[in-house]
Amino acid sequence: MITRDDVAYVARLSRVQLDDADLDRFAPHLQSILSYVEKLNELDVSAVEPTAHVLPLRNVAGVDDAAPSLANEDALRSAPRTSDGFFHVPPVIE
Amino acid sequence: MAAFETVIGLEVHLQLNTRTKMFCRCRNHFGDAPNTNVCPVCLGMPGSLPVINETAVRYARQAGLMLNCAVAQFSKFDRKNYFYPDLPKAYQISQYDLPLCGKGHIDVEMDGGTRRFGITRVHLEEDAGKLVHDGHGGGSLVDLNRSGTPLLEIVSEPDMRSPDEAHAYLVTLKQLMSYLDISDCNMEEGSLRCDANVSVRPAGQAAFGTKVEIKNMNSFKAVQKALAYEVRRQIAAIEAGQTIVQETRLFDANSEKTVSMRTKEQAHDYRYFPDPDLVPMTFTAAEIETLKAQLPERPAVRRERFAAQYGISAYDAGVLTAEKPLADYFEAAISAGMSGKAAANWIINNLMAELNAAHRSITDCPITPAHLAELGALIEGNVISGNIGKQIFPEMFNTGKAPEEIVNEKGLVQITDSAEIDAWVNEAIARNPDVIESLKAGKGKAAGKLVGAVMQMSKGKANPALVNERIRHILIETHGLDA
Repeated sequence: MITRDDVAYVARLSRVQLDDADLDRFAPHLQSILSYVEKLNELDVSAVEPTAHVLPLRNVAGVDDAAPSLANEDALRSAPRTSDGFFHVPPVIE
Repeated sequence: MAAFETVIGLEVHLQLNTRTKMFCRCRNHFGDAPNTNVCPVCLGMPGSLPVINETAVRYARQAGLMLNCAVAQFSKFDRKNYFYPDLPKAYQISQYDLPLCGKGHIDVEMDGGTRRFGITRVHLEEDAGKLVHDGHGGGSLVDLNRSGTPLLEIVSEPDMRSPDEAHAYLVTLKQLMSYLDISDCNMEEGSLRCDANVSVRPAGQAAFGTKVEIKNMNSFKAVQKALAYEVRRQIAAIEAGQTIVQETRLFDANSEKTVSMRTKEQAHDYRYFPDPDLVPMTFTAAEIETLKAQLPERPAVRRERFAAQYGISAYDAGVLTAEKPLADYFEAAISAGMSGKAAANWIINNLMAELNAAHRSITDCPITPAHLAELGALIEGNVISGNIGKQIFPEMFNTGKAPEEIVNEKGLVQITDSAEIDAWVNEAIARNPDVIESLKAGKGKAAGKLVGAVMQMSKGKANPALVNERIRHILIETHGLDA
């Protein structure tokens, strides 16, 4: 069963702010989604290699030669706050 | 007091010295103005797509082969999810269950013999950006030039049993990686970083004790000191009846102690999953064999070969093979005609001192191997004496001129004309009458004073063997001594 705590945990991992009413509302929603997907567990996949990628492509890589980067002002253009060519972000508290 | 056994495992991160980043073609370069080597990919802009750097992948596989790892034939990249301002995508592209290289080992020479330490895995990932915390008016400044640069993670088995073994492992690992020239391997500059896991357990106990992770060490010595402190701390805690808490501790270089990071106790939940933007990599057994065949000679193998092939001491061979460029220089001098012993002596006794004094590395040495070999030939051919060779060596180093050019310019060609030398010998005897008296009194060593006087008069240019011979001749013939 998906509990309110599970919803709060997933919300925290995703940096989504939910209030108490949201937690109550989303717990059964998530539960019904998971129950639906649960059906997949009926398949025996013990002999199946996990899928690394859905496309049949392999070994797509580029040559190690430099290409032009963005100009500093372009790189910072959509940042809400900058200082001396840096992105300026709120203090980091672990 | 019960005896304790220490268990150490190390996690090393190497910045690869590719020209460009791991997943975009921005320059992988340290020290540029902030946010100038950035593009939509390494800034984590929506809609941008990563492209694997094939050179970084090759470097990772070469590193694995050098560490005797099983190199994967199938490998993929995964996303490791977490939020931090130096990680613009909110996930790091790393490798989870299918790393490029699996189990391996390295053999490390210790005082008591060779120790073999297991390698758990080697994988490739991207580095994060850099945070400058003392931002103006609070907050942090973010530079994303390092964001997306290739990082190789090398994880050891918990096989080390002392801080000394951990130190020796790091020295050997760095030497092996330096031989591949895939990283600057400079811990002070951060191109090699090391985190350590350490625990203690009562001797004879099979289960591991609770491990503590130590971070923030910026030299191999610091790793050694941090581990030594941590081992003492853990043993003291256990003996005082306390339990060790699984935690991360930071090493403080000033107090030489480790301190708890005191972070909120929350398990990380990285939710790894295969990166849908990158397709898997496959390698055939033949490709892996080819790569293996192209590896440089390992330092330990090269050291033994040097001693055997060139007749130099094991110690000298060790010094010469400590770094690949130095070993290459030595062999280049030999290819240019120098004898192994002469090359070893000049490099170890003279060249390395000049390099150290000038804070230069062998790769940026003003004396070419050909010039060193030419110097050896001038001495060997009696054109100059060994002493003159030593005299002109600093000038060769400072000017980069060929030794023959300096010898000609300064008129330093050795004097082998016995008539010229005889004149100096006679003058030396005339100036030092006491020498003859001493020799007559049976003090044979007094003749040395004459040699010194002649060498001085010739400004060091007289052939020393010839000077000795002429002194002896004149003392016998002219002064009736049987010296």
